[in-house]
Amino acid sequence: MDVTAKVKEIIVDELGVDENEVTMDANFIEDLGADSLDTVELIMKFEEEFDIDIEDEEAEKLTTVGKAIEFLKEKLN
Amino acid sequence: MVAKYYAKISGTGRYLPDKILNNHDLEKIVDTSDEWIKQRTGMWERHIASEDQASSDLAYNAAIKAIKAANLRTKDIDMIVVATISPDHPFPSTACILMKKLGLKNIPAFDLSAGCTGWIYAMDMARQYIENGIAKNVLTIGVEIVSKITNWKDRNTCVLFGDGAGAAIVSRAETKDISRIIDSEITADGTYYEYLIQPAGGSRNPASTNTIKENKHTVEMQGNKIFKLAIKSMYNACETVLKRNDLDVKSIHWLITHQANLRIIEALGKKLKIDSNKVIVNIEKYANTSSATIPIALDEAIRARKIRSGDLVLMASFGAGLTSGSILIRV
Repeated sequence: MDVTAKVKEIIVDELGVDENEVTMDANFIEDLGADSLDTVELIMKFEEEFDIDIEDEEAEKLTTVGKAIEFLKEKLN
Repeated sequence: MVAKYYAKISGTGRYLPDKILNNHDLEKIVDTSDEWIKQRTGMWERHIASEDQASSDLAYNAAIKAIKAANLRTKDIDMIVVATISPDHPFPSTACILMKKLGLKNIPAFDLSAGCTGWIYAMDMARQYIENGIAKNVLTIGVEIVSKITNWKDRNTCVLFGDGAGAAIVSRAETKDISRIIDSEITADGTYYEYLIQPAGGSRNPASTNTIKENKHTVEMQGNKIFKLAIKSMYNACETVLKRNDLDVKSIHWLITHQANLRIIEALGKKLKIDSNKVIVNIEKYANTSSATIPIALDEAIRARKIRSGDLVLMASFGAGLTSGSILIRV
């Protein structure tokens, strides 16, 4: 499974942003216009799509697209 | 245990205090905006109790309506369960004060504390007492005056709550009745008890000049953390009851969830894959009235003839504790 592509697809879908905006450095709140509840919803979507559990402490660190992808790749290995 | 009898809801009632506080009124109290509140919560306005009203006063008004709707006389009530986190006093129970107002004596009456899930807990208890034949007409009430335990300087919490009462009478069903409480499920996980808490006023932090100065007698909440737990726990409670009764979500006519946040309600609906037209929402009018949200919404939908006789209604809640639960009824 291409984790990067899947994660980007989820972000585009959940946050209603353009694919081009979803760069590795993009911060969910500052760059992609997410509010604090959007980020929780996004985490829940990751959990559902990849069938994993993400602890609150882990979730708090996933502030950018790149960090989320890196975390998920590691978690899925 | 095999039930000796079946339980049903024989009547419902609600009471909302007259005063309405809308989002624009809140803009004058804390640094917030109508848009922010609507976007984050789906709330437009909430009812607020007057200075001289206590929870038992709200509960009394809802109870009278429920007793009338059930075609009962007050003296037919043989047990009272009040769910509240904002009782008239730490003790005695609000149920006993309500009992005096109703002119009742010599029946069991008590409060239970299960946060916003309180009324589902009360219904679960009432159901057991009816099914094993001990009681015939149990008055259950979810009542709150959260506005009096709210920190009006905390913009993250003070915009979320409202006051109100919802009542339902649980009665023994006759054999011919189609109306029935089909199933209920209650649970809790104390791991997260600090996420939603009124820190002072109990034996951990008794009332002192310091606890008052530090505003510790009011609701404290870690909303973002609860958001996820709320959706998951209500989903599990719904799934448990659906599975146990071999029902597909498609057969449910109405879903009433705790009204804490529109986005929680929507996320739960999506996860359950239930048609959004079947999800009852009134959060825009009343905000989060804690244990009162579901009985208020149920009464409103029944009186508006939205919910009709024979409909399957699934109700689910979560709250401080953290508690959660669900109940499935045929109206």
